[in-house]
Amino acid sequence: MIAHSIFFYFFSIIAVVSAIMVTVSKNTVHSVFFLILDFISISCLFIMIGAEFLGMMMLIVYVGAVAVLFLFVVMMLNVAQQKNQWFASEESSKHIPVGLIISILIFFELIIVIGGWKYKPDLFDLNNSITNASVNNTQSLGQVLYTDYIHVFQISGMILLVAMIGAIVLTFRKREGVKTQSYLKQISRERSEGVEVIDVETNKGVKIDD
Amino acid sequence: MTEIGLGHYLTLGAVIFSIGTIGIFLNRKNIIVILMSIELILLAVNINLVSFSIFLGDIAGQVFTLFILTVAAAEAAIGLAIIVVYYRNSGTIRVEEIDKLKG
Repeated sequence: MIAHSIFFYFFSIIAVVSAIMVTVSKNTVHSVFFLILDFISISCLFIMIGAEFLGMMMLIVYVGAVAVLFLFVVMMLNVAQQKNQWFASEESSKHIPVGLIISILIFFELIIVIGGWKYKPDLFDLNNSITNASVNNTQSLGQVLYTDYIHVFQISGMILLVAMIGAIVLTFRKREGVKTQSYLKQISRERSEGVEVIDVETNKGVKIDD
Repeated sequence: MTEIGLGHYLTLGAVIFSIGTIGIFLNRKNIIVILMSIELILLAVNINLVSFSIFLGDIAGQVFTLFILTVAAAEAAIGLAIIVVYYRNSGTIRVEEIDKLKG
């Protein structure tokens, strides 16, 4: 149990510090790297408390896909060279105390909720899919994901499809003055416009005027 | 050190959630950091769901974490596409200079 608490504090301190660094870091590329560190430490926590599948999923989806996407966009947009000062003007820094107050209020509300939260005695009777100790995490997740939650699963697939199409449609643009293949033009070419039969007289060449 | 229970994990989730909201408000830089703060908030929600799921012994929380993961990935893709298009049109993604709506 002592190892559990040591690892919990280790990973959670890393997670909190890197979350703070995401917000205060002046360089956007550094923010992305701290975001990656945050995701890694949280997925370590997930693996530690027994949600191995989700921990690995977090690594694959966030670190492997989302964070790399962020990195690409940051490097593409050349924002790292913009001046990243915190409070650019007097006018813009006026709403910062309000934001701080709101955030701290949210934090204390969450803490109050956690402090006053208790198990209901009949809570365990309400469960319809209690985790079985003999089945591992991935298997038990798959057993409900493809049976009870199959519609939600399909809808999440649709969400991904819509997001993919949306991202492509948003960033797609036609460039002018670029030579590209036109398949329609190639296929719809006919013999009459491609080939011309010419009678060539003897000892005379053919003059092709184009 | 006391034994690590549900409260510890929920507190961690609350701390990360609050850092995410502070990041949205405090940010005067580019809008990508705001998207990253939103990712942090979704991560905090995931922590809450997974810890409840583990400590109460109900797998449904982890299933919904999977769906939140999906939505977060879709949101990041769409948001970054919008940012790329905006940068292409206006040449800046600083939060202060995005004021065409006069909001």
